[in-house]
Amino acid sequence: MSVLLFAENNQGTFKKTIFEAATYAYDLAQSMGVALEAVSVGAVSEDELNKLGNYGVSKVYTVGNDKLNDFINSAYAAAITKVALASEAKAVVFAQTYNGRAVAPRIAVKLKAAPLSGVFTLADAANSFGSSKMSYSGKGVEALSVNAEKMVITVKSNGYKTEENPSSISIEAFEFNPIEKDLKEIAKEIVKASEGISLTEADNVVSAGRGMKGPENWGMIEELAELLGAATACSKPTADMGWRPHHEHVGQTGIQIAPTLYIAIGISGAIQHLAGVSSSKNIVVINKDPEAPFFKIADFGIVGDLFEVVPKLIEAVKSIKATA
Amino acid sequence: MKILVCISHVPDTTTKIQFEADGSKLNRAGVTFVINPYCEYGLSRAIGFKEEGKQVSITALCVGGPEVEPTLRKALAIGADDAVRIDAAATDSASVAQQIAKYADGKEFKIIFTGKESIDFNGSMVPGMIAESLDYGFVSFATHMELGGENGQLASLKREIDGGEEVLEVNLPVVVSCQKGISEWRIPNMRGIMAARKKPLSVTSPSDVPQPVSTVKFSYPPAKEPCQYFETEDTASLAEALAAKGLF
Repeated sequence: MSVLLFAENNQGTFKKTIFEAATYAYDLAQSMGVALEAVSVGAVSEDELNKLGNYGVSKVYTVGNDKLNDFINSAYAAAITKVALASEAKAVVFAQTYNGRAVAPRIAVKLKAAPLSGVFTLADAANSFGSSKMSYSGKGVEALSVNAEKMVITVKSNGYKTEENPSSISIEAFEFNPIEKDLKEIAKEIVKASEGISLTEADNVVSAGRGMKGPENWGMIEELAELLGAATACSKPTADMGWRPHHEHVGQTGIQIAPTLYIAIGISGAIQHLAGVSSSKNIVVINKDPEAPFFKIADFGIVGDLFEVVPKLIEAVKSIKATA
Repeated sequence: MKILVCISHVPDTTTKIQFEADGSKLNRAGVTFVINPYCEYGLSRAIGFKEEGKQVSITALCVGGPEVEPTLRKALAIGADDAVRIDAAATDSASVAQQIAKYADGKEFKIIFTGKESIDFNGSMVPGMIAESLDYGFVSFATHMELGGENGQLASLKREIDGGEEVLEVNLPVVVSCQKGISEWRIPNMRGIMAARKKPLSVTSPSDVPQPVSTVKFSYPPAKEPCQYFETEDTASLAEALAAKGLF
């Protein structure tokens, strides 16, 4: 028996969210007294696969069929399910990525497993307590119980610790040949949004809103983000007005994120925006309106003109980095 | 072509959420309920196909008690042709997905639209579970969709992925979970509102389905410490506070 991790690769490499999910899966496996195994689909080098051993994975099944180098929902679901059955998995764990969330529900049906989505506390298999997730767009926390033999779990991004648990790892090729029924979706092209850091897995995010007065002023936001190793984001109105691309829109109807540091500049903090970012662990708000609702959930704040504050903040960060 | 649009009935996005004292459920007093914004994108895209001249009929479906009927009426006012309420409590993603799949089974819907998630339970699980239960193709987090191919049976879509976008095709039938970009929301006009009163809204008995996950209780996220303010002239101290916490 095992806990099985879907080790999703991003163009051949594992990103931080996978190691976070691996840490969760390892802790779950330990609590259940079973091994942590993983399944990797597509082309991944042996060196990269070996990294999973740092996070407690004892065996990784590799599914290397050429037809699966691009993500195909139906085929990935079929492949992962076959591995889950071979591994006698009691739980299959995914990072809460776009692809993880796309394929996990199919597998939950195939395995007749309880689906747990976006959890951030450990499932306690011993007493059917199925861990906690955010609800009502971050305004609530929902504790769940499970009534099934198996679980399919997606782990909230930036929601669980990432911790190394070194173990020896074996790599085993797993033969899977998708049949026509498994190839319902046909991948045509991947268009990268930007070369920058992906919003969903960024540790730091610098976000700006209507207070910027126009898209021409975003240079200082990008400069601050680059200094902090951060992704850039924006509020809904700025995306709707075309000041920034839609894929940067964070909030209830945009992307929901939970970075370690979220800096909100010239964003008042409408309830819909807060719903998408309130899980951030440290929130900095810069706004000239002292009554801006965002200050109610901020850890640090400056009431002031952003065009004055941000350049000073950039210089201060540069100064600290220069002396570090 | 028959299109099914699955609608979640959710608290308005501006609602301040309060739970019953024992944490068992949402306190609904004074809460306005609306069509889940992501489901509304799917409804709007379906209506777009009709406006493009495609022969489509649009059924709006919601799993819930009589309280969800105003939400279904709004879907009819926006442009759905008929509506169905499955008379079961929407308690968890697995049972909701199974209720929808059992209703849709054999009815030859070519496209099933859902939201990418509902803004109350935020699970993202229902659409994929419907697709698997019906053995349909599945495209999640769709930001664009066109129909082409022979008899409009091939869908071209874009979907959001980590760090970018994927372009893909899928033969119908398909389940598509929608997000911002796939269409613009529509505001029902008076004509639509009047017409909606006469459109059929049927109630279907629920199927017997398992419920593998239950909510034990709801609570609130931990309260935050009060904000620590800095003067504009003291921006350096803010940077130092962030550095001291190891944030850069």
